[in-house]
Amino acid sequence: MPVIRNGNGLLTDETIAGLGRTPLIKALKICVSLGRRSVLESVDIEVHAGEIVTLVGLNGAGKSTLVRILLGIIQPDEGTVERRPGLKIGYSPQRLRRDPIFPVTVRRFLTLGTPFAPERLEAVLQEVGASAILSHPMAEVSGGELHRVLLARALLRNPELLVLDEPLAGVDIASQSELYGLLTRIRDRYGCGILLVSHDLHLVMKETDKVVCLNKHVCCSGTPREIARDPAFSTLFGKHISEWLAAYSHSHDHRHDALEDPAPPNDKEES
Amino acid sequence: MFADFFFRALIGGIAITLAAGPIGCFVVWLQVAYFGTALAHTVLLGVALGYLLSIDPALAVLITCFLFAGCLMLLERRAPVSLDTVLGVLAHIALAGGLVALAFMEQMRVDLLGYLFGDILSIGHADLWLITGTVAVTLTAVSWQWHNLLAITIDRDLAAAEGVPVERVRLLLIFLLAAVIAIGMKMVGMLLVVALVIIPAAAARRFASTPEFMAIMAAVIGAISVGAGLMVSLAWDIPAGPAIVLVSGIFFLAGLANPVRKVFRS
Repeated sequence: MPVIRNGNGLLTDETIAGLGRTPLIKALKICVSLGRRSVLESVDIEVHAGEIVTLVGLNGAGKSTLVRILLGIIQPDEGTVERRPGLKIGYSPQRLRRDPIFPVTVRRFLTLGTPFAPERLEAVLQEVGASAILSHPMAEVSGGELHRVLLARALLRNPELLVLDEPLAGVDIASQSELYGLLTRIRDRYGCGILLVSHDLHLVMKETDKVVCLNKHVCCSGTPREIARDPAFSTLFGKHISEWLAAYSHSHDHRHDALEDPAPPNDKEES
Repeated sequence: MFADFFFRALIGGIAITLAAGPIGCFVVWLQVAYFGTALAHTVLLGVALGYLLSIDPALAVLITCFLFAGCLMLLERRAPVSLDTVLGVLAHIALAGGLVALAFMEQMRVDLLGYLFGDILSIGHADLWLITGTVAVTLTAVSWQWHNLLAITIDRDLAAAEGVPVERVRLLLIFLLAAVIAIGMKMVGMLLVVALVIIPAAAARRFASTPEFMAIMAAVIGAISVGAGLMVSLAWDIPAGPAIVLVSGIFFLAGLANPVRKVFRS
């Protein structure tokens, strides 16, 4: 399907509605093992345009491995990944090794590989709230600022799918709530699908359309409200957390009206 | 007063540093100096191979370095123990194997010291052609893949996600490093050749605010070191290779006095 962008470079409403039907990316029966230890067992996941999907799970659940497979960095032992042809992915890794011996400024990091018009650079940095550090060396940027810079780099590539690995790690509380809102704004503005890896259940509840709970296999998936009631979820995370989540989702449940909910209604085959 | 051999040494030495500078920058950025050290250990094996197949020893060293670099890349992907250990094991097996192989060739008198410490003043016409050819190919490849090389320097996963062929670019870099080690060995010997790659690049950091400028500065510092080192060695009758390395060391120490922040913000 051709992707039609209007004059602002944003997706038109018709295109978004059309894109919603086929997933941007779809992984089927993904299996990975390292030596004798199995890391992922028959994992299915898909992300549609205009949808925020959050991957949750305890340490060692295989979240990062799954992300690396979806991005094409590593190949699964079994299973397939289907990407929509020509899919543009913006990726923000969890961390970035930064060494003062490598002389790059934030501006250079952002424009490396693809030169952008200065106005566009300004606009995106404004959007993520990192304009002030444009001329700083990358090695001197703080952990929280780094996440904004990485997000800006991903956005500059006009992604149709945004993959964010722990975007809130090392971000202070005040900036966190700002970033929560930012993700929804980005989704609405760019019409892109967002795949999040997050430990932050607050973010999961507030901004996510669909939660996929991973523990080597997909132990449950659905809307935040659905998984909060799922026994598999409370087994994994503990009763305490799931009760809190259930209470939270009850008081905060809302829909994003800017877009039609693109997820098919009976999307429960993974649970 | 300057003889032909002196000019050949000067031209060959400067040519080598022009390639060693940019490659050295990637070596210090990616922290893969141990690759260079391991490659340098295979030199004697290459020399023995050259005599065995009766080809030019310098060419044989180049080929051996390429083969070893290929093995290292394969091992890096599926090392049974840590890569550091594998490299240490293989490098010293190669060194010991080279020494034994040379000992077997009784009819050949090999100038072992020449290979350990190099002899820049013995660079001949054929060497000069091999050096300039290798340098030309290296610099062409680096400028052709410059953006991809920078991308994998920043982050391999990010580069892979953005469509950079990470494995191929890394393979290219290790091959280029092998080429620089093979030709640099002639100049300063296998014991000092890694210094030729690392020191000018490390020294250049303090004088540079962008990756491109740092690569150029590394080449310039290397070239000046060759010129000054050769002059000093002539004037004081000291070995040329170590003199060159010492001069580049002085650049590094001088750079430490130059605060890096100031350069960056200017």
